[in-house]
Amino acid sequence: MKIPADSDALGGFRRVLDLRARLNDAIRRFFRERDFLEVDTPVLLPANAPETNIDALSAGTGWLRTSPELHMKRLLAAGFERLFQLAPCFRDGEHGRWHHPEFVLLEWYRAHAGYLEILADTKALLSFLAQELLGRTDSSWQGRPLSFAQELWEKHAVSSAFIEHAGWDPARTFDPDRFDLDLVTRVEPALPTDRPVVLIDYPAPLAALARRKPADPARAERWELYLGGVEIANAYSELTDPAEQRARFEQANTLRQQRGAAPYPLDEAFLAALSGMPPAGGIALGVDRLLMILADTDSLDGVLPFRNG
Amino acid sequence: MAYTASDLRKGLKIEIEGIPYEVTEFQFVKPGKGQAMYKCRIKNMLAGNTMERTFRAVDKIDQPNIESKTLAYSYQEGDTYIFMDNKTYEQVEIHQDVLGDQRFFLLEDLECEVLFHNGRAMTVTLPAFVVKEIVETEPGARGDTATNVLKPAKIDTGYEVGVPIFINQGDFIRIDTRTGKYVERVKQG
Repeated sequence: MKIPADSDALGGFRRVLDLRARLNDAIRRFFRERDFLEVDTPVLLPANAPETNIDALSAGTGWLRTSPELHMKRLLAAGFERLFQLAPCFRDGEHGRWHHPEFVLLEWYRAHAGYLEILADTKALLSFLAQELLGRTDSSWQGRPLSFAQELWEKHAVSSAFIEHAGWDPARTFDPDRFDLDLVTRVEPALPTDRPVVLIDYPAPLAALARRKPADPARAERWELYLGGVEIANAYSELTDPAEQRARFEQANTLRQQRGAAPYPLDEAFLAALSGMPPAGGIALGVDRLLMILADTDSLDGVLPFRNG
Repeated sequence: MAYTASDLRKGLKIEIEGIPYEVTEFQFVKPGKGQAMYKCRIKNMLAGNTMERTFRAVDKIDQPNIESKTLAYSYQEGDTYIFMDNKTYEQVEIHQDVLGDQRFFLLEDLECEVLFHNGRAMTVTLPAFVVKEIVETEPGARGDTATNVLKPAKIDTGYEVGVPIFINQGDFIRIDTRTGKYVERVKQG
C-alpha cells in the first residue's frame, strides 16, 4: 500500500510557514510592547453572537466559535483594559479564494477607547508588520503596488462611497440585498488598491455589535479595512447597552429564520456582563488574508497547507 | 427547472432572459457581515461575448433547455449545411453563421457534437483533428524539411492554411479544427 507522499507539497510551504511564524511573533511583540494581555478564550461555546449571515459549526452540545468576541468582552467587563488574542475561528459554508471555514482572527480590545483609537493601533500595527517581515512599508501584491505607510491611509465614509459608485445612500433607505450586491460589484472594485483603505460609518442596520453614533443614530461606529481590494478587518466602538444588544441579537435571529437558517441561543452570561463593560473599541483582523498579502499569494490556497476542500 | 446559486460552478449552463450562458469563472464572495454571493463571468453561448454577473445565495437561476446530439455532416446547400442524425435519419439544417470557420473543416459523414437551445442549433463542435487535401499551393522545394517556414495553401473548401515548404498539391494534411492550423502531413492512399 502506498502512503500518500505529501512531503513534497508541504515542503513547498516552507516560505509561508516561516512567514506565518514570524508574523505571529511580530504581532505578539507589538501588543506586548503596548501593554496588551494575550488571552486564550474558549473555542467550544454554548452560544455565539447571533449574526444574520454567519453560520456556526455545531460541535457536541454547542458550537465552535465564529469569533472570540463575547468572551473577550466579558474580560473587559471584569476590568482587563487591553486584550488581544490570536484566535482560530470557524464558520460553516465559507469556501473560496478568500474564505476558509477554519481561519485565524486577531482580535484586540481597548477599554475607554473607540473605533478611532483602534484605527490608530491598526495603522501602527500594519506598518510595523510590513517593516518587520518585508523590511519596508512599500510593497506589492500580485503585481500591483501596495504601501503600508501610515500617512497614505484613506478613509471613505460608507455613504459617500455608495453615493459615488452605486448612486444611493444606504444610511437613508436601507436595503440589505442591494447593499451587499452593490458593495461587491460597485464599491469594492472602485476602491484604491495601492494603499490601505477604510470604509467607515456603516448604516445602523449593519451595526452588529457596534454602537450607533451619538450624534447620528442612522450610522454605526464601525469600519472595515481593505488591502489591495480585499477586506481584512472589521472594527467597532463597542455597544455596551445590554437591552439594545439583546434586541439586535433577536433581530438577527428573526432575519436568520427569514433566510431559512436556524436561530441561535443568546449568551446570557455575556449579556449580563455587558452592563459592567466600560466603553471600548475592538477589532477582528483576518490573519490568513493578511499573510496571503504579505506572502504575495493570490488566494488562501497559498498560505493554508492543509486546506480543507 | 431552476438552479440555486449554490449549484453554480465553472462550466454550468444557465439562462438569463431567454439567453443561454456558460459560467466561465466563478468566485465565492462574502462581505464580513453580509450574505454569501457568487461573482461569475458568464459567456453568452449565442453571441460569444462574456460579462460579469453576481448572484446572491437566495437567487433562483433558470436552467436552459439544451440538448446535445451527435450528427453527421451530409452536404451543403448555399449557406446552409445539412447534417443527419444517423439513428433517426432526421435531417438538420445549420446556417453557416453558427458554424463560423468550422464549416471549412467539414467532411462528408464527419460526426460532430451539436448543441441545441430550445431546439435551435447553437454550437457545432468538430473532432479536434480532420484530414484535408491540399488543392492549391506553390510546388514544394524537394528536400526542404523545415517545419518552421510556412507558405499559403488552399484546401478543398477554399480555406487557406499555412503549411511547411515541403507540402505539395495533392498531399493530405491534418488540421486542428480548434485553431485552424496545420499539424502534420498524412500519408493517404
